[in-house]
Amino acid sequence: MSEQNCYHCGTQIIKAEEIIFDQKHFCCSGCKTVYEIFSENNLTSYYELEKAPGATPTNQQKFDFLDNDQIVEKLLSFNEGDQAIVNLNIPHIHCSSCIWILENLNKLDAGVVKSQVNFHDKKVQIYFSKQKTSLKQIVQLLAKIGYEPYISLENYDTKTRQVDRSLIYKVGVAFFSFGNVMLLSFPEYFEVNEFWIDQYKDFFRWLIFIIAMPSFLYSGWGYYEAAYKSIKNGRLNIEVPMALGLIVMFLRSTYDIVFDQGQGFFDSLCSLIFFMLLGKLFQQKTYSFLSFERDYKSYFPIAVTKLLGKEEVPTQIYELKKGDRILIRNQELVPVDGILISPLAAIDYSFVTGEENPVEKFSGDKIFAGGKLVGSTLELEVINEVSQSYLTQLWSNEAFEKDNATYQTLINKVSQYFTPALLILAVLAFVYWSFINMNTAFNVFTAILIVACPCALALSTPFTMGNVLRILGKHKFYLKNAQVVEQIAQINTIVFDKTGTITSNQDTKITYHGTALSDQELIAVKSTVRSSNHPLSRKLYNFLNGIEVLKLSDFNEVVGGGVIGSLNKQTIYVGSAKFVEQQNPATVNKTVIYIKIDQEIKGYYEFTNIYRNGVSDLFNTLQQNYKLAILSGDNDGERAALERILPQNTTMLFNQSPNDKLEYIANLQKQHKQVMMVGDGLNDSGALAKSNVGIAISENINVFSPACDAILDASVFSKISKYLLFCKKAISTIKVSFGLSLTYNVIGLTFACMGLLSPLVAAIIMPVSTVTIIGFVTLATNYKAYKLKL
Amino acid sequence: MSVIYVLISISIGVAAFFLYAFIKAVRSGQLDDDYTPSVRMLFDDELIKEEEIKPENK
Repeated sequence: MSEQNCYHCGTQIIKAEEIIFDQKHFCCSGCKTVYEIFSENNLTSYYELEKAPGATPTNQQKFDFLDNDQIVEKLLSFNEGDQAIVNLNIPHIHCSSCIWILENLNKLDAGVVKSQVNFHDKKVQIYFSKQKTSLKQIVQLLAKIGYEPYISLENYDTKTRQVDRSLIYKVGVAFFSFGNVMLLSFPEYFEVNEFWIDQYKDFFRWLIFIIAMPSFLYSGWGYYEAAYKSIKNGRLNIEVPMALGLIVMFLRSTYDIVFDQGQGFFDSLCSLIFFMLLGKLFQQKTYSFLSFERDYKSYFPIAVTKLLGKEEVPTQIYELKKGDRILIRNQELVPVDGILISPLAAIDYSFVTGEENPVEKFSGDKIFAGGKLVGSTLELEVINEVSQSYLTQLWSNEAFEKDNATYQTLINKVSQYFTPALLILAVLAFVYWSFINMNTAFNVFTAILIVACPCALALSTPFTMGNVLRILGKHKFYLKNAQVVEQIAQINTIVFDKTGTITSNQDTKITYHGTALSDQELIAVKSTVRSSNHPLSRKLYNFLNGIEVLKLSDFNEVVGGGVIGSLNKQTIYVGSAKFVEQQNPATVNKTVIYIKIDQEIKGYYEFTNIYRNGVSDLFNTLQQNYKLAILSGDNDGERAALERILPQNTTMLFNQSPNDKLEYIANLQKQHKQVMMVGDGLNDSGALAKSNVGIAISENINVFSPACDAILDASVFSKISKYLLFCKKAISTIKVSFGLSLTYNVIGLTFACMGLLSPLVAAIIMPVSTVTIIGFVTLATNYKAYKLKL
Repeated sequence: MSVIYVLISISIGVAAFFLYAFIKAVRSGQLDDDYTPSVRMLFDDELIKEEEIKPENK
């Protein structure tokens, strides 16, 4: 095995291109060069930490914009005198070798003082001396060794981003109070009337009071704020009874201590605050390295090359004005709408429309932002600034704004009834006892509010959800937050994108139709497509595996048409139907490459999408519970194939623009459907954002996916139905736990209403209910995940 | 003055010191990344090994 796979990057080596260096096998000279760099600098333990850890380096001159001081200035997070610090996003970081090599950067570039990797965020922080090196040199070095940083418009001016750690501080303070107050309360639990305790009770009580203060005031502050806001908006959130309980508990306990009535409930107060914050923390600790809120900024380059006469100046894209001329290189994204100046160009609009195959554009045609250039460099005249371009406008489409404010979570629905019921009960009990004894009435009133504080109720959701998110994350389905679980459980319609979602982006089935090609001819075809960068050429080249490659005597690429190569006095044409002057109705609406050798058309290669494994089964399972639809940006060439594998009542729509998809979702929602959209790519972003739940499929979760509610790893696509079911089960778990915690509340309330709530009872009931709820939901979700065989 | 005041003050003082240390540690950012340092601490061994191997390569 190791002989066939590249020592550096681990991809399979094509025999004809194998390079043997230092008794090691490499797939290309790029990988060999990286190995050479490492071995020259004594960094070969890179390969001892992990097998084949590297990536094939890309050789692009696209970092010229880092010559522009203004842009560099914006990217640096610290810049003073000779010292500078930069944070770079490196998507390729994936193993311990990566950490090792990136933290040893100073051996490759003497100007680097120190570098530190954050593995989860896939970021590296580099401290460097500006006199000895430059940001551009560092970035180019990184690109050279296969760790190309991803610098997009989003990185622009992000200096002030601060990490919010307040929740952790709060948990720390709450834990301090909780622990100490509990210990200090113990004497009074059991030895109420003993002489020794009597002697010191004031000391204990006031110490408890002082220690509980920071927890009550600082750690619990968020709850009072939330409750205040929700009352102001005329809604009753779960925070209202919680804040009410906490405040009443505090006042009552203080009263008790001041008037020597008892020790109060400070122990329960502190444990409540601590557990509630813990639940919050548990839920918040999701996957910080996956970003769910992406807009066009993370796709756009930070700078483009502007032409000033003959001079090429790297310019920040916000500075582009109407009438500027810009240069776009192969594989670069067009950031603004413009008029094509160069004679011919092929633009891949898959970002915007989903259609994979490049569109031909001629001089004078309009090119929209978001297209990717395939082929040689082009010149463009800007007609719209970035903020007005097609893509940015699509993004600022109102429909993109998700109407989440109106979404009522389960817990809020419950608390809507819970809070009024609780208040009514407290008042009734107060009125009843006031006829008997005013003092007891007052006691009962506060006791009810204290014991009914729905801590267990409030805890069951974060702990269930936290565990669900963790389990799903382990199975490569990453949710943005807990609310998504509830929303998934309510879905009744699922809309899929076709290309890249139910078909795989990486594999295509290639079949040949026509006169069989001889070995000689196959060699000629492979040699010809070798020099072309067109995606179809690359696919065909990889398809013709194991065939020798010879040097062509002549080669020419017609942009948007095909390639012409000469070998052994034969002329080989490889390209579109139009290019080889062939009209074949059978290939209309299909993705084909024609082969013409000398003057004879030999046949064509047809590219068909490969559907992901288990698509058919998945759809059959899903259609029992959901209404299904497929939207495709492509033409309907695949309709027959789709009809074969999918259930009959699946809606199929073709030639859908991003806007059409968005409209389709909006229409379904108008019919009060709960829609889930499953898609990939920027072209689905509108629909993903508009839908109730948007799921982005990703072949590599570290690569950038559009704004969405969840990211699904492509390898587990066929498990979608199980995940949906699991979310539903999670909701029922929460409902059961609500029942459980309400039972505790009823028990506590009974004690309280009878005027029997002593601190001891409260101290037992409250933590016990909390612990059982947490234990129950954790076990229940794990058991359900196990039973579903996720 | 009973010894209980002294003992409890000491214990609270110790707890308060730990709270202070915890907050300081969080503030410094050292708990933001809980994976990389655990890998990083293993690297020193690798470096020594690499130096031993080096003469063989040449």
